[in-house]
Amino acid sequence: MNKSSQIEFTLNGRAVQSTSARQTRLSVVLREELGAKDVKIGCNAGDCGACTVLIDGAPVCACLTSNAQAAGRNVQTLQGVAPDILADLQKSFTAHQAAQCGICTPAMIVSAAALLAENPKPNSEQVQDALGGVLCRCTGYRKIIHAVVAVGENQSVIAAKGSVGDPIARLDALPKVDGTELFGDDVAPVGALVALVIRSPFPRAAFEFGDLDSVRAIEGIEAVLTAQDVPGVNLFGTIPGFIDQPMFSETETRFKGEAVAAIIGDADVISSYDITDFAINWTELPSVQDVSEAQNSNVAQIHEGHDNNVMCGGFVAHSDIDAGLADADIVLSAEFETSFVEHAYIEPEAGFAEMVDGRVHLHVCTQAPVMNQEALAGLLALENNDIRIVPTAVGGGFGSKLDLTVHPYLALGAMVTGRPVRMAYSRVESMATSTKRHPGRITIKGGVRKDGRLTGLRFDGDFNTGAYASWGPTVANRVPLHASGPYSIPNYRAQSKGIYTNCPPAGAFRGFGVPQSAIAQETLFDELAAAIGMDALDFRMLNALDNGVATVSGQVFEQGVGVKACLEALREAWVAEQLECRTFNDIEGHLKRGVGLAAGWYGCGNTSMANPSTIKCGLRSDGTLVLHQGAVDIGQGSNTVITQIFAQAFGVRPDQVSIVGPDTDITPDAGKTSASRQTFVTGNAAKLSAESLRRQVLELVNAAEDAEIILGNTVITLSGGHSIDLARMDTGADGYVMRAVASYDPPTAPLDENGQGVPYAQFGYAAHLAVVEVDTQLGTIKPLRFVAAHDVGQAINPLLVEGQVQGGVAQGLGMALMEEFIPGRTENLHDYLIPTIGDVPPIETLIIEEPDAHGPYGAKGLGEHALIPTAPAILNAVHFATGVRLRHVPALPHRVRAALKEAGYA
Amino acid sequence: MDYFTPTRLQDALTALGSGAPSIIAGGTDWYPVQGEKSIRCDMLDITRIEGLRCISRDAQGLRIGAASTWTDIIKADLPPAFKGLKTAAREVGSVQIQNAGTIAGNLCNASPAADGVPPLLTLNAQVELESSNGIRVLPLSDFITGVRQIARKADELVTAILIPDLSETRRSSFVKLGARKYLVISIAMVAVTCEVTDGVLSDVHIAVGSCSPVAQRLTGLEAALEGLRVSDVETVIAKADLSRLSPIDDVRGSGEYRFDVVASLIKRVLEEAAHE
Repeated sequence: MNKSSQIEFTLNGRAVQSTSARQTRLSVVLREELGAKDVKIGCNAGDCGACTVLIDGAPVCACLTSNAQAAGRNVQTLQGVAPDILADLQKSFTAHQAAQCGICTPAMIVSAAALLAENPKPNSEQVQDALGGVLCRCTGYRKIIHAVVAVGENQSVIAAKGSVGDPIARLDALPKVDGTELFGDDVAPVGALVALVIRSPFPRAAFEFGDLDSVRAIEGIEAVLTAQDVPGVNLFGTIPGFIDQPMFSETETRFKGEAVAAIIGDADVISSYDITDFAINWTELPSVQDVSEAQNSNVAQIHEGHDNNVMCGGFVAHSDIDAGLADADIVLSAEFETSFVEHAYIEPEAGFAEMVDGRVHLHVCTQAPVMNQEALAGLLALENNDIRIVPTAVGGGFGSKLDLTVHPYLALGAMVTGRPVRMAYSRVESMATSTKRHPGRITIKGGVRKDGRLTGLRFDGDFNTGAYASWGPTVANRVPLHASGPYSIPNYRAQSKGIYTNCPPAGAFRGFGVPQSAIAQETLFDELAAAIGMDALDFRMLNALDNGVATVSGQVFEQGVGVKACLEALREAWVAEQLECRTFNDIEGHLKRGVGLAAGWYGCGNTSMANPSTIKCGLRSDGTLVLHQGAVDIGQGSNTVITQIFAQAFGVRPDQVSIVGPDTDITPDAGKTSASRQTFVTGNAAKLSAESLRRQVLELVNAAEDAEIILGNTVITLSGGHSIDLARMDTGADGYVMRAVASYDPPTAPLDENGQGVPYAQFGYAAHLAVVEVDTQLGTIKPLRFVAAHDVGQAINPLLVEGQVQGGVAQGLGMALMEEFIPGRTENLHDYLIPTIGDVPPIETLIIEEPDAHGPYGAKGLGEHALIPTAPAILNAVHFATGVRLRHVPALPHRVRAALKEAGYA
Repeated sequence: MDYFTPTRLQDALTALGSGAPSIIAGGTDWYPVQGEKSIRCDMLDITRIEGLRCISRDAQGLRIGAASTWTDIIKADLPPAFKGLKTAAREVGSVQIQNAGTIAGNLCNASPAADGVPPLLTLNAQVELESSNGIRVLPLSDFITGVRQIARKADELVTAILIPDLSETRRSSFVKLGARKYLVISIAMVAVTCEVTDGVLSDVHIAVGSCSPVAQRLTGLEAALEGLRVSDVETVIAKADLSRLSPIDDVRGSGEYRFDVVASLIKRVLEEAAHE
């Protein structure tokens, strides 16, 4: 037998030896033993491709390759790819914004390099075939395709200095394209202990621990933690009044995957530990997973004080809905159903914690470091200042990395053992336990007069919030405020309920319930337009909000309402595509094409609640201008956008700004990366902070307000002949000779019992057009083209705007056509499908700039808006193509085919 | 045994005679089901056995060695009868999976949705098994006996897939229906091979996957299509007896849906094969 103690192979051009077991996944060997952290692990099942490496030049998944299979082979990770091809790809990925969060980027680049080695000038289709095995959740893929195709073409370089409005490459692109970016699982020190969480195997179960001391006695196991070990209040959450989720369940679990205990031990002991050996006895209890069933009084009541499992509701009403509907010539109503949607970021939750000088330091992928700090302080009975959160690079978030995940297990583990503790969720663990998009069960009713004017809209939605509240109350509050869409509705009544069930918690996901309500509302509006024989675009234009027109919460914006401009921007494509589709459909056959429209809006920032951001900055004596950038960049681009705003306000180029943070020890609270608030809220704080520092500089020498500032080595020169010798100034304890701190909180006002008031200081607006091809025999829907118009007030960086829009469209496409999380059944990335590089058609982004009075340089938020109109635009296009209304998403082929057959299709 | 990587077939067979290791080639089906625990079981890695990764032709037909990957199939110079198999190979998972995964492993994994089975059934493929006691050859339809069940004995190794010599005029096609473009497990699959002379079909082979525990040939329909013009197949397909299929409801689609779309898929694949 050819057993030997070492596996020898070539890694990135150098000879290496591995002493790991020969069966070990090569991905683990490369990362943990050989230090190749540019290989990422997303699923351990070949479903995501993040661990792609080249073996003798051919791309394979390192997670499916044994250590022994590498023996004698030439293994290349990103950092070992042929230097000329790598340099071209890095340049092109950077210039095209093909890397957002960056977690899939090494695999994309490695796969692209293998393609280019065989085919130096690939076309789009060849790029798609070559990169089809790597999933990306941020970009919508189109910019990745362009980046690879462009390598074979003459590349034009954008020459821009980075002023507000310039499409510069993201400032943090380099570590994403050279493989050095460190994500949650890339930062733990060698030798860290590992945490393993014991979880409920049933949707609802009682349990009793056996002899935990016998587990503790295992050599290499340092601690076994349960609810008894939680020093503070054993509950966490996100919304005051709804802090209801235990770190460890105490007597009864409420969803499959709920934590009951954690084992902390040496890495090799934990990785060999069989969790079925853990000393616990489970008793499965009756559970309820459907929102309608959950509201019966004879089923399990999941939380005390919430009769019929109603967590909370939201309500917005004005005028008289009954009178409004009575006044209509036509009233239509419909019911809609949406599914749990999984965030499916390619980076599972991960991090490590250690004790430093009596404080807990937690390095973790997160969207909300300060909120995490506060939640942990409550669980661990610590002061906020006892906890330092250092966000790692975040490999996608989309809302789910706002909540605590690995955090408390790592922090408590480090506190109890005194040693560094690391953990990365497996893909199954991530999908089973992280928050989801709320499934909605929606009834909507609208009335219209023959002249096209809406007379009233009534909306009732039940949202499955799962076992714990998480951001469910936010969904319940936001939905009735947004369920009108960006339209003027004379009579309105919208009600939402969040319902507890024995499902994983539903929480924040890009749009907080608004994508679900938009499906119902934008579909109904298409039907209302058709019912009175009016063009779908004209109908929307007629009823759209405008400056000076009240929203459903009675808010009147005197400026900045850009929805009509978004809709009008689609007119050319709308007219042309209708003609093209009709011509196509004249040919007899099973393929039918259609074009559909939908609009959307989203209020930026928290709903009628303070959500300030604070930005600090300083000048060092050597002339370095430092921006304390606390707005976590999860790929969307805040490191670049906040810096562009800051640089513009101070009067320098972005590349002259040195960024530090985020880190709760050095960056003031810039709030959470959520609610499309960072560009708007933190951008304003950055602008104010820069302006303050600039004033200090100018005042020192009494320079003119518009003086040009030139940063030099230890000296600042100003136009007008002034100069400041920084080296002669006093340096403070913070290392700065001058500094500024500024905060911004959007002006909002509370809502009354009818939801009337000022919920948001600004809205962003959008309208999408989708062209689809329906195979009527198979029920498959193939999107062919999107046009996405977005009013962003002022595009701080148009390249990054396009990135957000395209990524949002891809997620909207997934929600419409394929994504359905079923608890316990689709907890992996081959049963739960997200779009691949072959599923997203070309997307044209039309940037509309209707400046907002409150936004920095007029800018509005964008993150959530990008996916809100996509799904209803697709569904409306399917109706154009086939005459069939789909009201249950995802529109999986069997659902579409059933609807087509019911409509008489052969 | 721990992890054994023989280079000689005889050593592999000897090892199988004395233990029951997990046999792996590409690992693309094996590793995903291992979970997160560190892997310590005995494994027999067949990828370095001399002669096993080879696609060759002789008088008896085509021989696909058991360590041949999907990419090897794609790159091989094969007659038109294999176009369906090549199409299936290109639709397996992704390039990464095609580069590592083997077609023999796909058969041994015996998933109802195994992409290789329908096209191989339409090629009358056989599976060659070898042990220290000798060689036996089974028709593919006898080799896969159920969901995740195969006729391999504990001491046997699948050494090759054999495809009897086929006419150079035989045509083929394959379609896989899934909910996305890449990395997708099929909802239903249909493979066809046939002879077409002056627009008339003969010796039609049709196999359907993902619609029964093991992919099935539709021999009744095949017979009914004999001698028909390609343009006349629709009514015959519509009346076809599909009772050999027993599709189930799963997260990818309903059983009713699978039944419903099979006829459309058969018609399309047949027309595509015929019009090549």
